[in-house]
Amino acid sequence: MTSLRTWEVEVHWREACGADPRAVELQGQLADLLDGCDGGIKVSSLFYLRGEGLDQDQVALAAEHLLSDSVTQECELRDLGDGERLPDPQADGDVGHVATVRKKTGVMEPVEESLLKGLDDLGLSGLSVRLALRVRFQIPLAEEQLDLVGEKVLSNPAIEDVFWDETEVPSPFIAAAPYEFSLGEVELSGIDDEGLVQLSIDGQLSLNLDEMRTIRDHFETQGRPATDIELETIAQTWSEHCCHKTLTARIEHEGPDGEKFTYENLLKDTIARATRELMEQEETPFCLSVFKDNAGVVAFDDEYGISFKVETHNHPSAIEPYGGAGTGIGGVLRDTLGTGLGAKPIVNTDVFCFGPPDLPMDELPAGALHPLRVLRGVVSGVRDYGNRMGIPTASGALYFDERYIGNPLVYCGSIGLIPRGMVEKVVHPGDRVVALGGRTGRDGIHGATFSSVELTEESETVSSGAVQIGNAITEKKFLDVLIKARDLGLYRSVTDCGAGGFSSAVGEMGEETGARVDLEKIPLKYEGLSYWEIWISEAQERMVFAVAPEKYAEFEALAESEGVECTDIGEFTGNGKLELFYEGNQVCDLGVDFLFNGRPPAHFSSVFRKPEVEAAEPHVGLSAAALLREILAAPNVASKEWVIRQYDHEVQGRSIIKPLQGPAADGPGDGVVFTPRYDSLRGIAIGCGMNPRYGDIDPYRMAVSAVDEAVRNIVACGGNPSKTAILDNFCWGNTARPETLGSLVEASRGCYDAAMALGTPFVSGKDSLNNEFRTASGTLSIPPSLLISSLSMVEDVSCSVTMDLKESGNLLVLVGETRAEMGGSHYAKFAGGGGDVPCLPPEASQIHQAMHGAIQQRLVRSCHDLSEGGLAVAAAEMAFSGGLGAKIQLDKLPVSAEGGGLDDLQGLFSESNCRYLVEVSQENKEALLALFDGLPAAVVGETCEDGVLEVTGKDGAGEILSESIEELRTIWKEPLIFDAV
Amino acid sequence: MAKVLVLRTAGVNCDEETAHAFRLAGGEVSVRHVGSLLRGEDALENFDILAIPGGFSYGDDLGAGTVLANQLRTRLADDLHAFVDGGKLVIGICNGFQVLVRLGILPGWEGDKAASLIENVSGKFEDRWVHLRVETDQCAFLDCSGGYSEPCARYLRAPVAHREGRFVLRDPDMVDRLRENGQIALTYRVSAGEEDQEPGAAEGAYPANPNGSVLDIAGICNEQGNVLGLMPHPERFVHRLQAPSWTRNPPDASESTLGSLSRAGDGFSIFSGAIGFVNDRADKIR
Repeated sequence: MTSLRTWEVEVHWREACGADPRAVELQGQLADLLDGCDGGIKVSSLFYLRGEGLDQDQVALAAEHLLSDSVTQECELRDLGDGERLPDPQADGDVGHVATVRKKTGVMEPVEESLLKGLDDLGLSGLSVRLALRVRFQIPLAEEQLDLVGEKVLSNPAIEDVFWDETEVPSPFIAAAPYEFSLGEVELSGIDDEGLVQLSIDGQLSLNLDEMRTIRDHFETQGRPATDIELETIAQTWSEHCCHKTLTARIEHEGPDGEKFTYENLLKDTIARATRELMEQEETPFCLSVFKDNAGVVAFDDEYGISFKVETHNHPSAIEPYGGAGTGIGGVLRDTLGTGLGAKPIVNTDVFCFGPPDLPMDELPAGALHPLRVLRGVVSGVRDYGNRMGIPTASGALYFDERYIGNPLVYCGSIGLIPRGMVEKVVHPGDRVVALGGRTGRDGIHGATFSSVELTEESETVSSGAVQIGNAITEKKFLDVLIKARDLGLYRSVTDCGAGGFSSAVGEMGEETGARVDLEKIPLKYEGLSYWEIWISEAQERMVFAVAPEKYAEFEALAESEGVECTDIGEFTGNGKLELFYEGNQVCDLGVDFLFNGRPPAHFSSVFRKPEVEAAEPHVGLSAAALLREILAAPNVASKEWVIRQYDHEVQGRSIIKPLQGPAADGPGDGVVFTPRYDSLRGIAIGCGMNPRYGDIDPYRMAVSAVDEAVRNIVACGGNPSKTAILDNFCWGNTARPETLGSLVEASRGCYDAAMALGTPFVSGKDSLNNEFRTASGTLSIPPSLLISSLSMVEDVSCSVTMDLKESGNLLVLVGETRAEMGGSHYAKFAGGGGDVPCLPPEASQIHQAMHGAIQQRLVRSCHDLSEGGLAVAAAEMAFSGGLGAKIQLDKLPVSAEGGGLDDLQGLFSESNCRYLVEVSQENKEALLALFDGLPAAVVGETCEDGVLEVTGKDGAGEILSESIEELRTIWKEPLIFDAV
Repeated sequence: MAKVLVLRTAGVNCDEETAHAFRLAGGEVSVRHVGSLLRGEDALENFDILAIPGGFSYGDDLGAGTVLANQLRTRLADDLHAFVDGGKLVIGICNGFQVLVRLGILPGWEGDKAASLIENVSGKFEDRWVHLRVETDQCAFLDCSGGYSEPCARYLRAPVAHREGRFVLRDPDMVDRLRENGQIALTYRVSAGEEDQEPGAAEGAYPANPNGSVLDIAGICNEQGNVLGLMPHPERFVHRLQAPSWTRNPPDASESTLGSLSRAGDGFSIFSGAIGFVNDRADKIR
């Protein structure tokens, strides 16, 4: 007779190999938390293996080949018998505290799958495995410190448990109770308004009263109660996250001067309108697919298109930064894979907004994670997911503001390459509904609705079901299958399981045909899920395909050959109904027409009042040098190298202009350039623009400035402004407040005007509203945060330029006009004062075109766009990145006719749009300036050998700044390094 | 024509650019999932060169390269040893290097496992360009004398992108054995050097030695010289414009054709050297 036997294998570092890197890292974090600590800690990995008659030799084999590295690690094997009780980790003589950290039951642990695979290769099949971490403290900890250390250093309470007492550690193998079917029904008939609102809250449906009434009336007409799964499906389909009800609502808006605007559909009347009007002017098709698929697609060459999508994953990242950010990048990659018949991801982008990383612990609101912890977690989440997928993460930005404490923003973007003939997809009635990829668990229940409400100090505990943990390798595996199946023509349509899970994916795909799904066929990670949990789970790494019945066998065989699970779960029927069954019982019967067109139209009114503009005059008298030093060290300007280098930005071998530039590879590039095809010198340039500080004063101008900056980014490195697409991502506070919605309307107006002025169509976008954090003492709302991402064509990548100065004796040309627009600037941040936010000058488009022409003609040695910190910061960055000095004369600056009053500091630090600082050789000077005939451009200085940045003021002011570039480089490079050791 | 097998499996992600590099060098390249070897659809013996590319095979769960090495050891050991013992070429880049070390094919000594690639001293994944020196004259991939094709440059640049690249030995004395056998293939240097001036050794100092490897080791080969493992990614630098600061010395319009740029990266000679070696041997046998 055999019996189940459980073993514990503890793997720790061999002391002969020096310091254990894991222990060093944890110790650093402990020292941060406890203000220093004496003595050491020991960290070990625990593996629990359980199987029928599992013996010591088998476990030893696994330990040697899979669980440890014999060169640097040692193992201890412990027989736990039936596994009901665990051994006492302190029994071996350790005196200090011992903590055991384990994922909560039901939380995904990616390593388990690989371990089972490796055990199978060793001939050990049918085992159960679990992992844990053990930390032994040789440093004394007071009892009252244990919880703090557990929560802040050892674990994330949203997904992990920490046990300090061995008698409390439950057996690692607890079988989930099997699910027994019972249909959940809700009688809606006759429920009054108050009851409807309560029902929405209790069920976490996030539906408003109007919507609840419509649903009640619908089921009254049907003469039956609603089922729970029907309500869940409607709530998900109608969620802000999935249908953008605010941006598509009818809005009555009152502008800053009391003027009235009415938008029938804000999105269609502003952002999408610009695209429509620009497409009408296209001579050759550029926009191939806009605002209808998972990503926008533009033409790359005769054979290929390029897709681009940027998503946000803010609320999950607030609660579990590592998992939230990782699944953010995982999700946007699935958007790329689910665009048309599937685009192949070739570049990722990332933009993050955090609270100040040096926030004192006692100023941290209850329930919020510390900004530095969020930052570290988010960066490692994107790093581990993107790197494992083998997709370069190469373009992005970081912004810091107190108002992102509690509600950080995580924007993840993905660019893909798709054959032009595969941009469209159509589901045919009779096609099979096929699920591919990972299994379904209880992760991420209510993510779509959770992302549509504000966070509170309770969110960490009540919403932990919404936390998703990703497994990049599962996604990489189906990426490989998807591209192969696409090229073999094995399916007719595809979309990703994102927010809303199968509910959203099958619903969207079946919008024209209807669909029938047998929910019990969906493979589960573990037992115990109810039918509605299966339907709305947001477990990661799943895609849904429409496969013609005659192709299914081939599709399945391909998936199997790559080790990817593939399941036929139903049919796209053609009867216009969404019908769901569980073990033969019908649990949902909804008309797709009601589901997709039944939502009552939303109406809002909004207003924008211009805040009191501060007087332009600064309050503080700072010298040019002091200001430059402050701004270079400001977190929004300082070097992002610590983050950038943790991303593999060169995998796939397509990177031509990299994010870090110059001979020391530390200069901050404006945009990056990639070659999507190995057999062509044609490329793409990628950039972005964002400035939440402007939005506090003038959201309209913030939007035009963001669009202009995004365009400058790509032009500065070689992109063609006439073949540029842009994306909008709105992250806002609670737009139920008319003035918050008002600032969003103003920004949308700015988006339209800027897109038209610059000829850059929006091809995709996304909004995330309700980015607020509610605490006992009030609500913290984020500033209006509009990210504009840009994607541009580069005809010949060998013409591309970088921003590092190249040679002494060259001339520096400033392109574009400098105005006294200091509102929201970094100058105003440090010196006070302000005034207007930068406008978009009427000659903007011509300037970008001329700049592009100069780069195309190879006249430009280096080029940098002027943004935060203006001319001073751009010149400093170009100088230290190139290891050269520069001399600038402010009396040569092109200024507007009314700009005569510009003082030297305004000239140096103004953030006026549409400007570039350009390095040109003496011999190419005339040719370059000729391209800017009639446009503002002038020689303002030269490059020199001496390693000093020197600025001469106007009107005989003489030298107003003279700084060593090495010192400036150091000031700029040091602030954002967050190594634990 | 030299037949190259680029092996892939779940999580391998540098297969495409590795295949591209071998194709540029004139190889006949097949990119195959490990499953096709296990199922017998492809046979290792039909190839001249085996490349195990970079990536995160099986997520690098349980340590870099562990699960793939375990799979190859349990399911393909005989074929693999026959391939290596028969003098055919094997290159493992980054994760592929980690796999070869886990398998013991590198350094290829009898007895207990001698070497490992562990977490960088910096404690984090990093992408950065490094300077390399070719230290051996017995590796088929690094032929600086130009015996089979265009000679490989003595000094190369390439990017590294890894978290577990610190080469360590079980016993510090083993360093002498590596050196005496000529198995140290590539080391990290501080710079590209100037004319007539040798660039200095990195001497363990970060970031020139990006991971803290003993003796600045970036790559090793086996005693026969037909197996090479290295952490840097030569396949990411076969094209002149893949270099990090090419804009300081840009091609003029006449040089800017795909043909003249696409084989002009430092890493190219590693692939062309291997193809040249195979073709040369085939000629001799013929």
